[in-house]
Amino acid sequence: MALSQSEVLAGLAEIVNDETGIAADAVQLDKSFTDDLDIDSISMMTIVVNAEDKFGVKIPDEEVKNLVTVGDAVNFITNAQ
Amino acid sequence: MGATTPLGGDARSTWKALLAGESGISTINAEWVAKYELPVTFAGQAKVNAAEVLTPQEIKRLDPSSQFALIAAREAWADAGSPDVVPERLAVEYATGIGGVWTLLDAYDALKEKGPRRVLPMTIPMLMPNGPAAAIGMDIAARGGVRTAVSACASSTEAVANAIARLRSGEIDVVVAGGCEAGIHPLPIAAFAAMHALSKRNDNPAGASRPYDLNRDGFVMGEGAGALVLETEDHAKKRGAKIYAELVGGAVTSDAHHITAPDPEGTGAARAVTAALQQANAKPEDVVHINAHATSTPVGDIAEYTALLRVFGDHLGNIAVSATKSATGHLLGGAGAIEAIFTVLALHERTAPPTINLENQDPAIPLDVVTSPRTLPEGPILAISTSFGFGGHNAVIAFRSYQG
Repeated sequence: MALSQSEVLAGLAEIVNDETGIAADAVQLDKSFTDDLDIDSISMMTIVVNAEDKFGVKIPDEEVKNLVTVGDAVNFITNAQ
Repeated sequence: MGATTPLGGDARSTWKALLAGESGISTINAEWVAKYELPVTFAGQAKVNAAEVLTPQEIKRLDPSSQFALIAAREAWADAGSPDVVPERLAVEYATGIGGVWTLLDAYDALKEKGPRRVLPMTIPMLMPNGPAAAIGMDIAARGGVRTAVSACASSTEAVANAIARLRSGEIDVVVAGGCEAGIHPLPIAAFAAMHALSKRNDNPAGASRPYDLNRDGFVMGEGAGALVLETEDHAKKRGAKIYAELVGGAVTSDAHHITAPDPEGTGAARAVTAALQQANAKPEDVVHINAHATSTPVGDIAEYTALLRVFGDHLGNIAVSATKSATGHLLGGAGAIEAIFTVLALHERTAPPTINLENQDPAIPLDVVTSPRTLPEGPILAISTSFGFGGHNAVIAFRSYQG
C-alpha cells in the first residue's frame, strides 16, 4: 500500500536524521537539501540509496539533481510508489 | 597526550591500568570468530567503545581507525590546553599500519551481496590510510601539512620522528603526532595467523602476550590510538604550556634484508638507536629506560636484544626495560604512539611501567626487565622507545626529562 505524502516525509526525515544528525522536525517540504540543510553530495547519495530501500522505489542518478527541496523528493517518492 | 587502548579509554586510565599490571587482552565476543573458525580467538580490544564517545554521524562517516584517532587526538589537544596556533604553522603526523580495513571489507561485502549502488559513497575517504590524519587535521584546523607514515608496526614511531624533523625545520610550531589501528577483523587475524605471527594461547588470553618469556609464541593483536601534541620549546614556553618531557631525537632506518624477518644482526635497528641518540647529543650511557618494541614473537624479541646490545654493550644491563605490549597487545600502527606516551609518562613520573607475564625469562635475552613499577633516577634522564615493522622499518625516538 502506498504511503501518504506525510508518511513519506516522516520516513525521509528519519533517514536524513540518521545520516546527518539534522533534527527530523527540521526536515520540511520547503527546505533545500543543500542551501537550508547543508547536506553535501556524498550524504545526499547515501540518503537516496537508503530512501530506495525504505520506500521500495528507484531514484535514478539523473533524477537526483532535480530533487532540490525535501518536497521534490517526497513528491518523487510518493509518485514512484 | 591522549589515548584509547585495550587498557583504558584515555591516556590517564591506560597508564594507571598499566602500572597496576592489568592485561587488556580478552576473548573476542563476535559471531565471526566461530563462523570462520579462526585459529586465534582473542585480542586487545579497545576498552571504551568509540560509539560512547563520538556522535552517531562521526561513527557513520569514520572508519573505526579514524574514530580511535579522533578520540585520542581530541584528548591530547584538550590536555595541551587547546593551543592557540597559527593554522599554517600547525601540522599533523598521524600513522596507521593498515588503514580502513573494516570499511574496505564491509564495502566489498555490500558490493557482492547488493551490487555497486549499495557501496557507500564515503567508502574511499573512510578506507584511505591518511583518513585518520585528515580527520584530526580538520578537527583542529591544521593547515601546515597533514601526513601519514605507513611502515607497518613502526608507523607511529616514524610519525613522531617525522614530527620532530618538521619542528626542527622551522616550518611549523605545533604538530599532533601519533597513530592508530582498528584491525581486529577476521581477515587480518586469519592473515597474521597464517604467517604464524600470532600467539595461539586461546585458553589464556591475558597470559598470551609474554615478551622475553621462554614460552612466548607470538604477538597479540590490539586496537586503539595514541596522540601527542609536540611543539617547539619556544612556543610551549611562550604560551605557558604544561611540558611532560622533551622529544630530543627521532630516527628511521631500513634493513633491506627480508620483507618480514628482522635482520638477525640488528645493524639497521642499532643504527636507528644511535642516530636518535646523536640527535639528542647523548651517549648510550645516558639512557636509563627503554620502552622496547618486544612484541612477544620468538625471533623478534631476540633480534631487538641483539640490536640493543650492539649499541649499549655492557651498559644495557643498567637500563630498565619495559615491554608494555605484554599488557596492551600490539596496536600495530598505534603501538609506537601509545608507547611514546608511556615513555613520556615514565620520565615525567620517574616510574618505569611493568612487563607482565614474564615467568621464565629467556636466558638468551638477559635484559633488566621491569616487572613491577620501578622508580627511575633523579636529575636529567633519557629514555628511548623502539619500533620495528614488516618491510624492515626501524624507528626510534628519544625523550629527555624536562628540567625547565
